[in-house]
Amino acid sequence: MTPLLSVQNIRKTYGTRIGCTGVSFDLYPGEVMGIVGESGSGKSTLLNCLAGHLEPDGGRVVFDTRTDGPVDTVTMSEPERRMLGRTDWAFVHQHARDGLRMSVSAGGNIGERLMAVGDRHYGDIRDKAIDWLGRVEIEANRVDDRPTAFSGGMQQRLQIARNLVTGPRLVFMDEPTGGLDVSVQARLLDLLRGLVREMGLSAIIVTHDLAVVRLLADRLMVMKDGHVAESGLTDQVLDDPQHAYTQLLVSSVLQV
Amino acid sequence: MIELNNVSKSFTLHNQGSAVIPVMEGATLSVAPGECVALTGASGAGKSTLMRVIYGNYLAASGQVMVGGVDVAQAEPREILALRRDTLGYVSQFLRVVPRVPTLEVVAEPLLAVGCDRQAALDKAAGLLARLNIPERLWTLSPTTFSGGEQQRVNIARGFAHDYPTMLLDEPTASLDVQNRETVLNLIEEAKARGAAIIGIFHDVGARERVCDREINVSDFTPGMAA
Repeated sequence: MTPLLSVQNIRKTYGTRIGCTGVSFDLYPGEVMGIVGESGSGKSTLLNCLAGHLEPDGGRVVFDTRTDGPVDTVTMSEPERRMLGRTDWAFVHQHARDGLRMSVSAGGNIGERLMAVGDRHYGDIRDKAIDWLGRVEIEANRVDDRPTAFSGGMQQRLQIARNLVTGPRLVFMDEPTGGLDVSVQARLLDLLRGLVREMGLSAIIVTHDLAVVRLLADRLMVMKDGHVAESGLTDQVLDDPQHAYTQLLVSSVLQV
Repeated sequence: MIELNNVSKSFTLHNQGSAVIPVMEGATLSVAPGECVALTGASGAGKSTLMRVIYGNYLAASGQVMVGGVDVAQAEPREILALRRDTLGYVSQFLRVVPRVPTLEVVAEPLLAVGCDRQAALDKAAGLLARLNIPERLWTLSPTTFSGGEQQRVNIARGFAHDYPTMLLDEPTASLDVQNRETVLNLIEEAKARGAAIIGIFHDVGARERVCDREINVSDFTPGMAA
């Protein structure tokens, strides 16, 4: 089986400071990988390098495209990478505001991505938008409201709907449940897990919440000072951490 | 189906003076299809550790852990995930689920994961929940709010939903009443009859004597505790 995403020796530095370095892994279709680590450990830098938002200083990010097979996305042209970002990839930002157009209606936010890939029939776009609002548990009668009129949790769900409507194969998520209260978090986790299974999505989730990765991620990568401290099966890394930093991280979690 | 060869396990506690605690040495055992083997030994002898090494959430330090042709000690995460999905079931003592997911879905999930038809999966899940005396009015609720015994039974229903060829059972009859204990023992006997290789921890002596074909004393593998 060809990996959907093959990351080889990614390095990104900010001047003399290391963002992340020596990161390699393969992600297979249907797999969900979590990246954890304290703030400043380089996990968001890594995610942004993978998603093409930052240009890495070295390494390859090879994505198995539908048409041309495995292609290095670091060296592909900007328009190609943008097309990938609209079709096969999705990026869920930590702050929904970064991923939504706040002055456009909820339906417009979802429809925009559909139009970007060539949908033109207004009725169809609106129907799909309403269908997706339903899937993320937003009432259909809110379709014409702007996201500014939504709560934080609703905005986050709208962002997810906007990202998934075009049926991407790989979703990058940066702290998707950060800043939400726990009941909303649980809803979102339930939703994400259902979508991952039904659509066969692969996902890379950056978070610092170990409970979230235990429920969502098959595999886990632990980052420390820009390096990968440890990686493996999620429950193995959490139940039997090998690296000193992971042991510290796991033992620092408060039991509820 | 399950074959361990000279498996050892130790924990290194980097943040506590790098203490190295050897917990298992030279663990060797094999379980054939249709056989149920009980792990025995005093508390702390390493029964659960051995189970976790087989399931892959503890990393074996050395040796071979063969389950259905895959060496769990060496396998890639995705190979272990596939093994757990198709071949290796595990009934732990704790139910760990995504909040808000209805009980019926929780039980049907292992079947859906192997590509079973949705309706067939839900039907089988309903059958198991009924056998384990979970009232039907609870099926649409999340098990996170259930009592300990109910959660345990949901966990068992989930563990037996898919017909795994190999199974690990960690105290499946703990905290169950007589009737439900009987149902669980029947489920284990049915699994054996269809050819499943089972390793279990049973503190309930009666249950152990009824379903287990032989016992393995884990103390034999405990460094410094060999009988």
